[in-house]
Amino acid sequence: MGFRDLMDEVKLRWGVHPAGHKALTSECAIECMPLPERLTLPLAQHIGAPARPVVTPGQRVLRGQLLAEAVGAVSSPVHAPSSGRIVDIGDYPVAHPSGLTAAAIVLKPDGLDEAVDFADCDDPHGLEPAEIARRVAAGGVVGLGGATFPAAVKLGLGRRNPVQTLLLNGGECEPYLTCDDRTMRERPEAVIDGARLMARALGAEAIVIGIERNKPAAMVAMQSAAAAHPEISVRGLPARYPMGSEKQLVHFLTAVEVPAGGLSAEVGVVVHNVGTAAEISRVLRTGEPLTHRAVTVSGAAIARPTNLRVAIGTAVSAVIAHCGGVRRDVARYVMGGPMMGMLLPGTEVPVVKGSSGVLALVADEAGGGEASPCIRCTRCAGVCPIGLLPFEMAARIRAGKSEAAVDIGLKDCIGCGSCAYTCPAKIPLSHYFSFAKGSLAAAERARLKNESIGKLTAARSARLEREAQEKAEAAARRKAEREAAKRDAARAVAAEAAAGRPQDSQVSA
Amino acid sequence: MLIAVTSLTLIAGCLGLILGFAARRFHVEPPETVSEIEAMLPGSQCGQCGFPGCGGAAAALAEGSAPVTLCPPGGPALARALAEKLGVAADLGAMAEHEPTIATVREEICIGCTKCFKECPTDAIQGAMKQIHSVMKEACTGCGKCADICPTEAVSLVPLPTTLGNWRWRAPACA
Amino acid sequence: MSEFLVLLLTTALVNNVVLVKFLGLCPFLGVSKKLDAAIGMGLATTFVLTLASAASWMLEQWLLQPFGLGYLRIVSFILVIAAAVQFVELAMRKFSPELHQVLGIYLPLITTNCAVLGVALLNVQEGSDFLHALLYGVGSAAGFTLVMAMFAGVRERLELATVPASFAGAPIALVTAGLLSLAFMGFSGLRLD
Repeated sequence: MGFRDLMDEVKLRWGVHPAGHKALTSECAIECMPLPERLTLPLAQHIGAPARPVVTPGQRVLRGQLLAEAVGAVSSPVHAPSSGRIVDIGDYPVAHPSGLTAAAIVLKPDGLDEAVDFADCDDPHGLEPAEIARRVAAGGVVGLGGATFPAAVKLGLGRRNPVQTLLLNGGECEPYLTCDDRTMRERPEAVIDGARLMARALGAEAIVIGIERNKPAAMVAMQSAAAAHPEISVRGLPARYPMGSEKQLVHFLTAVEVPAGGLSAEVGVVVHNVGTAAEISRVLRTGEPLTHRAVTVSGAAIARPTNLRVAIGTAVSAVIAHCGGVRRDVARYVMGGPMMGMLLPGTEVPVVKGSSGVLALVADEAGGGEASPCIRCTRCAGVCPIGLLPFEMAARIRAGKSEAAVDIGLKDCIGCGSCAYTCPAKIPLSHYFSFAKGSLAAAERARLKNESIGKLTAARSARLEREAQEKAEAAARRKAEREAAKRDAARAVAAEAAAGRPQDSQVSA
Repeated sequence: MLIAVTSLTLIAGCLGLILGFAARRFHVEPPETVSEIEAMLPGSQCGQCGFPGCGGAAAALAEGSAPVTLCPPGGPALARALAEKLGVAADLGAMAEHEPTIATVREEICIGCTKCFKECPTDAIQGAMKQIHSVMKEACTGCGKCADICPTEAVSLVPLPTTLGNWRWRAPACA
Repeated sequence: MSEFLVLLLTTALVNNVVLVKFLGLCPFLGVSKKLDAAIGMGLATTFVLTLASAASWMLEQWLLQPFGLGYLRIVSFILVIAAAVQFVELAMRKFSPELHQVLGIYLPLITTNCAVLGVALLNVQEGSDFLHALLYGVGSAAGFTLVMAMFAGVRERLELATVPASFAGAPIALVTAGLLSLAFMGFSGLRLD
């Protein structure tokens, strides 16, 4: 560790050092997992509107074929990972702590793995920026770090704000996960290529790749791959959680702070994951959409922890079975990293685009335990990367004052869980914040619904009024017609009776 | 005795004059609380509060004879806003028990009489004569007017189904 | 000049109306749940107290003493205070409707706030001149406002604390008030001359 690195460590006043457990899988090359029996492809594997299915049950599809199209500005399509038949489109369990189901397409691979004709491109660097973004969107690429924000939407940010710098996030600060590390070591050229394509799409001049110093091999690989490109610099990051969080990464590498509630693009920086960069390079060069991803399968309970390239839609149970199953009692299954990942209600849920890891943790690793009262040691405040006061926010939330917690920055909480990790009293601080954010969101939904009800009621009364008016008008018209007819008849009778001059009655008629 | 009565009368008289003058000088129109409160209420006139429509409820709230938690469609958010407006403490405990509900139509016994959707204050029920009706979840306030009027009891109120969109974390167990 | 400063400090801290003389405990406990309301109450009381101590001094010196009507003191003082409160309420509704809404029902309570009557009566007892009487009122009111704000601040924090069920609410508030009172006893050793 050099002097500068040491200074970095001293400078950083936040974050925690959870046990890495990365050695379990860091030397395991990414191997391809064979296709499972069934693929369950949820329609919402990204942030934004769920995709709309364009296939029907019973239909045969080919690898790379579009199964569901993007709906609206922030959305992402879903493609078939292999050829086979659509079995069903319906609700299936997904990776979510609630254990609820979500709409998904079920595909039964036929083993032939026939592909559609992909429009490959030898020189993607010659494409227009907008065309790069369009192809990335059509390829269904989302942020593979776990946030699953559609990558193309982020590539379009350059149109609104001038973006000078593209940051590639090779932090991978979550314990256990090594899939980004392996990607950087095995496909450094793809990462660099993807980064240059993204920079072209964004109009960014500089590319900075941040890699935590606990990945020296990845650092060397990226440095040698980037050597030919002067606009790319590879920088070491202190190994500290949550270094890979967007705001922290931007602040550390560019010394610019992203404003509260703002986007990093507002300060001229866009952050992408290294895995996303590698996928974008592949999608643009081969024309084949995103249907597989690298997943770290780890945890003390896994018999053979490793890194796998898994078809999206593969069940977690199948992934674990491929890794030799579990050899100890599993306390907790997690999708993603142990700090911010999703607690799984079971293993019959599919791997999705955002799944960076599948972890089977034993009781020792899972932590937890009985919470004891807060003694205000303020360790949580010391580790909070945003500089919030987690103990104070939790106290306010517990007293039922979520709004008061918002006053001291609840909305800026990134949910990294450092506070809960470091709390000596084992207070589930991040659970409190998730709960409060949920109830605030529910209150906001209720308010919006209330507003829309007001509009609906107004629309109804307007309709009733209009109908009444129309009815009245119709009645008046009918009455007028009746009276006119009566008058005509009377006049005709009168005319006939008076003089018997036929031309008059004709005129009046 | 006389001097005591006189002096007290004098003091009181003077003060009364000052106050009377001040009352005129500082006169303010009473605030339009009722109409302001009515604007805060959903305005669907569903009658779940027991008052004849939102106007009646607003009047009762303004004079303090009704609790701020009276409006089920408005939910705790509205109760809190009302409590703030009226400067009273809101007892949200009673509110929490009220689970949001929506109307559903049991299709096998719906006879398509159209009574329910004529009654619906938010036009949340679709249908036509002799056709099965259905409820639009987004527009239903769970007021229950349709359930009351349905001749075959085909309309009933059910708890709002939990989806990935509205699921939220439960509160952690207190330490 | 320094004499006036000493008088102000003495009345505000050493002889604090609430925590040392135990006057005005009703608003002290009743309106101290929210900091905003407590400060508003303090300010309203300040106004009334100043007004009332001036008015009662005039009443005492120009009416009650010359005519030997000492036995009417309490009745007439209450009359004056009630009028002053009414006046403040009218003025407040006109010039600060927000404050009026916050104070709500508490404003008429100032009428029966024994701190106000107490200060007026103490002024008579001490035989102060007009300026001293006025300063005595201002100082007491400042002390009252200070204590209200402090106590409300403590109670707002207290809401977040895990208090044993049997102590929750009023009991813990009274314990806190007792501790604050103990703290204010410390001022009695202060030499201010």
